[in-house]
Amino acid sequence: MALTALEIYKNLPKTNCKECGFPTCLAFAMQIAQKKVELGKCPHVSEAGKAALEGASAPPIRLVTIGAGGKKLQIGQETVLFRHEETFHHPAGLAIEVSDALGDAELDAAIREVDALQFERVGTTIEIDLLALRHESGDPARFRQAAEKAKAGCRYPLVLMSEDPEALAQALEATKDDKPLVYAATHDNYEKVAALAKAAACPLAVRAEGPEELADLTQKVAALGVQDLVLDPGSASLAKGLADHTTIRRAALRKTYRALGYPTIAFAASGDPYQETAEAATYMAKYAGIVVMKGRERWQIMPVLTARYNIYTDPQKPIQVQPGVYAIGDVTPNSPVLLTTNFSLTYYTVAGDVENSRVPSYIVVADTEGTSVLTAYASEKLTADRVAAMLTEDGGIKDKVSHKKIIIPGLIAVMTAKLKDNSGWDVVVGPKESAGIPKLLRAWSA
Amino acid sequence: MPIPDIKEKWGSKINTVTIGAEGKRPVQVGGEDSLPFLHFEGATPNQPVIAMDVLDVEPVEWPEALSALFGAALKSPADWAKQCVEEFGADMICLKLQSIHPDFGDATPQQAAAVVEAVAKAAPVPLIVWGCDDDAKDNAALPAVSQVLKGQRALIGTAKQDNYKTLTACCIADGHNVMCESPLDINIAKQVNILVSDMGFPPERIVIFPTTGALGYGIEYAYSIQERGRLAALGGDTMMAMPVLCMVGKEAWSAKESKAPDAEVPEWGPQAERGPAWEATTATVLLQAGADILVMRHPKAVAATRKYIGTLVG
Repeated sequence: MALTALEIYKNLPKTNCKECGFPTCLAFAMQIAQKKVELGKCPHVSEAGKAALEGASAPPIRLVTIGAGGKKLQIGQETVLFRHEETFHHPAGLAIEVSDALGDAELDAAIREVDALQFERVGTTIEIDLLALRHESGDPARFRQAAEKAKAGCRYPLVLMSEDPEALAQALEATKDDKPLVYAATHDNYEKVAALAKAAACPLAVRAEGPEELADLTQKVAALGVQDLVLDPGSASLAKGLADHTTIRRAALRKTYRALGYPTIAFAASGDPYQETAEAATYMAKYAGIVVMKGRERWQIMPVLTARYNIYTDPQKPIQVQPGVYAIGDVTPNSPVLLTTNFSLTYYTVAGDVENSRVPSYIVVADTEGTSVLTAYASEKLTADRVAAMLTEDGGIKDKVSHKKIIIPGLIAVMTAKLKDNSGWDVVVGPKESAGIPKLLRAWSA
Repeated sequence: MPIPDIKEKWGSKINTVTIGAEGKRPVQVGGEDSLPFLHFEGATPNQPVIAMDVLDVEPVEWPEALSALFGAALKSPADWAKQCVEEFGADMICLKLQSIHPDFGDATPQQAAAVVEAVAKAAPVPLIVWGCDDDAKDNAALPAVSQVLKGQRALIGTAKQDNYKTLTACCIADGHNVMCESPLDINIAKQVNILVSDMGFPPERIVIFPTTGALGYGIEYAYSIQERGRLAALGGDTMMAMPVLCMVGKEAWSAKESKAPDAEVPEWGPQAERGPAWEATTATVLLQAGADILVMRHPKAVAATRKYIGTLVG
């Protein structure tokens, strides 16, 4: 919750001593409110004032970091219930569960498969975030050994899943520098497990049945000095999970209820691979900070990662594809060339219609800063000069085709003459609606 | 320990729309008085339903992995519709009149009406009938279609901001529901509902089609527009309180992730699972934004989505 300057001012010494570098306490308060200076600049603020200000200015959902080095996952610090209100900030982590009860060969294979869960999408890599190692062997030494294997064989940080403090202690000894998520403190073991997480300085998951019991337990765990918590409401079904995760997010944001002010973890574990995929996608949309799946088939993981990518896209920014030349189908030097903009919806529509035509073609995607054809033209981001530059650029489209004919969107037909003069290409005015592209391309090839 | 009460107190609910006549397994959609599937807050009196796509011409753009499942039935809209209901459990049939489009056969209104009549006779479920999106042809054909379905309380579309009068007038005369289309724009969605209602058409016979984006291809726009629309409706905006229809199958099967054959993208897993998973995940995400009618294609995706809805409705 952002504080106003006056609310901050009430907690300052009001002596106008200027030691903070500002003429008055009120001026200082205004600077804090705008997040331009830190409260620490005031040498005289009382402990009570400090506590009041820090407590009130802390984000309603804590930011928790799992892992160290290159593949860190940061979750939490969300500010809204609906993405259109602002945006969702920290994409939920996808964890893949692996059991330590597997034989060595199976375990190694599982770790390798999890390590390879990356996918390419129009210029972006999407990938999973965590390997969740579940202690099912009953043997703490095996859990440690499996954790060592996972640490060595998988690029992603770990979730160490066990309720046995001894097993967690052993696995943490081997992996604590990588800051795994310790899962989980429960009503039965929380004193020991919280002590382990605290000593290892690792984030800790807390599990209890339902938001009420969770609130109770997180307060006990926080009182033991562990602050980086992840909440598991232990939901027995998807319907319950949807309710639990919604309740936690609303309590944290709408009521600034600190005992539930942490990111959450959800399990997609129905056993049926399609239901598991659907459950995981549901939790991506509805409020989990981490989603754990057991299945790791690539056809299951790709849609879940894509759902996350879409849901966490910032609705305030137009989504763009990388400008450049894209080949659709088995293109040849005689293939038609079409022009469009790099607003993702525009590009996807055009690319889809070109694919539907089954006529292999090139699409030249102009950098219009993510605006659609008419908007780009009106704001001079799609001009004859810019398009001509793309057509005549060395290494660009002119080196890929043996003809000089460009199909432009019907909405910018007015550019035809100038584009022809500036580029030396013949300009064909295409349809105003992308849906007309297949007809044009089929006639072209006929 | 008790935690703060976070229940929303919505004052309004979504209209309940009935599609289909007595004896034809009529479906009711809408009626929600909370955000999707939140039982602690409100009821989902009518669970979301699944319609399956039928085209009046054999689809040429469908990948083999999809079309092979229907076999020869794809050549006959009536057989195809029957198969969707009997084998794949479709709650409704969504018949697309592709053949009336000037580029796809330019069929006459009489021919269109004959196809619709045959499908209505073959399928023991309610019909959604969709024009060809060429306004002139739709305005010529849909009156004939509406008439041949008189009394069957079909859902016919689409009414658009600049072309709604003919369809609305037919649906008033013949007792059908109207589908109002808008291009991923919440203001236009509301505007079309107002225009159609202003002709004296009852709002509780309108279904919103806000345009659908597939997973990976603009679904986030559809998601937020549906979510905003639902919040507005629950907050009391009666011109947004209509159930929502999503073209899940059409969009999901335009995506490379479902269409590409195994040889092309071995790293994405087998198309036999990848395709339906892409379609089912598209449905999942849209259900979380308040979809009431899903129009789908792959039997496996239909079955998975039905099971998913079942676990959420309880």
